[in-house]
Amino acid sequence: MSDLYTQQRAMRSMREAAMQRGVIAILDVGTSKIGCLVLRFDGADHIREGDGVGSLAGQSAFRVIGAATTRSRGVRFGEIDAMQETERAIRTAVQAAQKMANVRVDHVIACFSGANPRSYGLAGAVDIENRAVTEDDVARVLASCDVPDFGAGREVLHAQPVNFALDHRSGLSDPRGQIGNRLAVDMHLLTVDSTVIQTLLYCIKRCDLEVAGLASSAYVSGISALVEDERELGAACIDLGGGSTGLSIFMKKHMIFADSVRLGGDHVTSDISKGLQVPLATAERIKTFYGGVVATGMDDREMIEIGGDTGDWEHDRRTVSRAELIGIMRPRVEEILEDVRTSLDAAGFDHLPSQQIVLTGGASQIPGLDGLAPKILGQQVRIGRPLRVQGLPQAATGAGFASSVGLCLFAAHPQDEWWDFEIPAESYPARSLKRAMKWFKDNW
Amino acid sequence: MQSLTPSRRAASGLKQDTHRRDPAPSRIAYKINRLWLTPLFRAFLRVGVPVFLVLFAIGWFFSNPTNRYAIGEKFTEIKRSVQERPEFMVKLMAVEGATPIVDDAVRAILPISFPISSFDLDLEVMRGEIMKLDVIENAELRVRPGGVLEVAITERDPVVIWRTDGQLELLDGTGHRVASLTARSARADLPMVVGQGADQAVNEALALIKTARPLAGKLRGLVRVGERRWDLVLDREQRIMLPEDQPVQALEQVLALDQAQDLLARDLTAIDMRSPLRPTLRLAEPATEELRRIKGMEMGDTADE
Repeated sequence: MSDLYTQQRAMRSMREAAMQRGVIAILDVGTSKIGCLVLRFDGADHIREGDGVGSLAGQSAFRVIGAATTRSRGVRFGEIDAMQETERAIRTAVQAAQKMANVRVDHVIACFSGANPRSYGLAGAVDIENRAVTEDDVARVLASCDVPDFGAGREVLHAQPVNFALDHRSGLSDPRGQIGNRLAVDMHLLTVDSTVIQTLLYCIKRCDLEVAGLASSAYVSGISALVEDERELGAACIDLGGGSTGLSIFMKKHMIFADSVRLGGDHVTSDISKGLQVPLATAERIKTFYGGVVATGMDDREMIEIGGDTGDWEHDRRTVSRAELIGIMRPRVEEILEDVRTSLDAAGFDHLPSQQIVLTGGASQIPGLDGLAPKILGQQVRIGRPLRVQGLPQAATGAGFASSVGLCLFAAHPQDEWWDFEIPAESYPARSLKRAMKWFKDNW
Repeated sequence: MQSLTPSRRAASGLKQDTHRRDPAPSRIAYKINRLWLTPLFRAFLRVGVPVFLVLFAIGWFFSNPTNRYAIGEKFTEIKRSVQERPEFMVKLMAVEGATPIVDDAVRAILPISFPISSFDLDLEVMRGEIMKLDVIENAELRVRPGGVLEVAITERDPVVIWRTDGQLELLDGTGHRVASLTARSARADLPMVVGQGADQAVNEALALIKTARPLAGKLRGLVRVGERRWDLVLDREQRIMLPEDQPVQALEQVLALDQAQDLLARDLTAIDMRSPLRPTLRLAEPATEELRRIKGMEMGDTADE
């Protein structure tokens, strides 16, 4: 655990260094595309505190100066499958973004969607020594949370305190300086497969880049696609990606649950490929041009040439009606949404006061999804697009860039995590005493 | 007829070219690209390397003595061609305000072969050379338009003759030597001064000579004694010894005495005015005898008869 703590702290210090230099790259490693944005931070002095609304989620503090995407290679279900391929794809994206920005970037914040994220709710409580809550008390209460056994080969990706309670008062976002006797905390812990992280870190390192942070793509797309009140009142963000569908639930501006469904737009494509007997590239093209999930009478008459280059005239001149295409796509989209529904139910989403659901990600652009999704997920569904950030090219403002944009916001305004607080003072002597004992045992 | 190879447009369409070249940069290309984007490296390559190359090339070029010599030669040639334009050429020298002898001396001192470029004339040095002549008080050199080197000379005016070490020198009012004189008779109009340090006090001598104008016929010259005071030497071996301070007043006193009592016509060898309050006369030998005789007669003493 402390190993991870130091690792995350190292990333945080790397992020500090990047802020000092003012240039940082964000890297969205997805199943269908790898996106790289280069951000330039103008420094905090540009934001005027207490002047009207102030910085809206901090996005005024940075500017996107380079953006590039490339077709992803070697990634399946949001996990790196063929490292060399992925490394080359990352290189392509980083180099193109660097070229556009005309600066060299050394620090990168990455996000990925797969790796079986699993959420844990932790609780801890300590007595306060000096009446007023200090930072040290916060660190102690965070350390006092009893960490569940999440198994070998899992690593903590996010550990965010979501709620503080001081005596009988709950719902505090920042208890520091307040008077009380007993401080309790609720913490949200997100674990992922450590092998996936190791692979990603290795790939980034092979590109001569320093990792300044890691994030779950479900979390960061929630940051960018949900508006302020949705995050406050409770909402779920569903990031329909290429290989996996991430889902994150926000409440009181904190993520309280995240999960991913290992189905996505690529499965729809492969269904079309199998159903129409066409190559995957053609299937992808047909999906993006003619795809849909709600068939109308007009769609029976709209014929799509699906082509082929076998040399067989009959085979190469095949056509299919759009209704047929929709007939192939719809069951798969329904399946994805139903899996999401199951996951939401497991998380207890229906107990939240507001049950807004926001669909985002590349696959949310399927026409007619806004008609299909409410039938499965409930009435409050909307299609979300990411926030606008300064300097982002028009081509990168679509729903498919929700996690890239979210990662920008995450880079500018990271949430307080467990490792942002110092290790509580009393754990030091115990450890050093133990170390001394071990030394004696080893040597005498 | 139909082409056997399909046109590119026909080949595309719905079909995707799956064997497209991978756009990913190689590891080396990626690293070079990043290196190129490093500001320091870029500055080095864009400024440092060209500057080094240029300096190196220049250094290499100049390290070869032949090249150095050729460039020097070329430079000199260009310089000469500009300097020897007719506008800058000096064709003759005009000496103004000089007597023919001085004129010849100046021309002898400045042996310039005309025509010459005005860049080659160092007027300051030439002026220094000319000023070494004692007779010249001031010289102004300038190159007049039209290629004439004009030498304007102011000569010293001799006012006294100074005899020293058996030589006769002409001195001007400041005591500066003007020229040597071969015979006193050549400049009989000038008064004569004698004695060491006489040239230092020419001013005083002139004042005395002016005052002694009534004695002009008798005045033989002035003698500087001990480098501090003047003796007026008259004919008949008469000598007026003047004090160090205010010699003019002392002389006037003597002149007044002379006018009143015809002093100088008497048989005196010296009028000693060194102490103006106590003028002393030195009589000549016969006068002394005569004085003694008269004194004896007055006392009625004829013992020595």
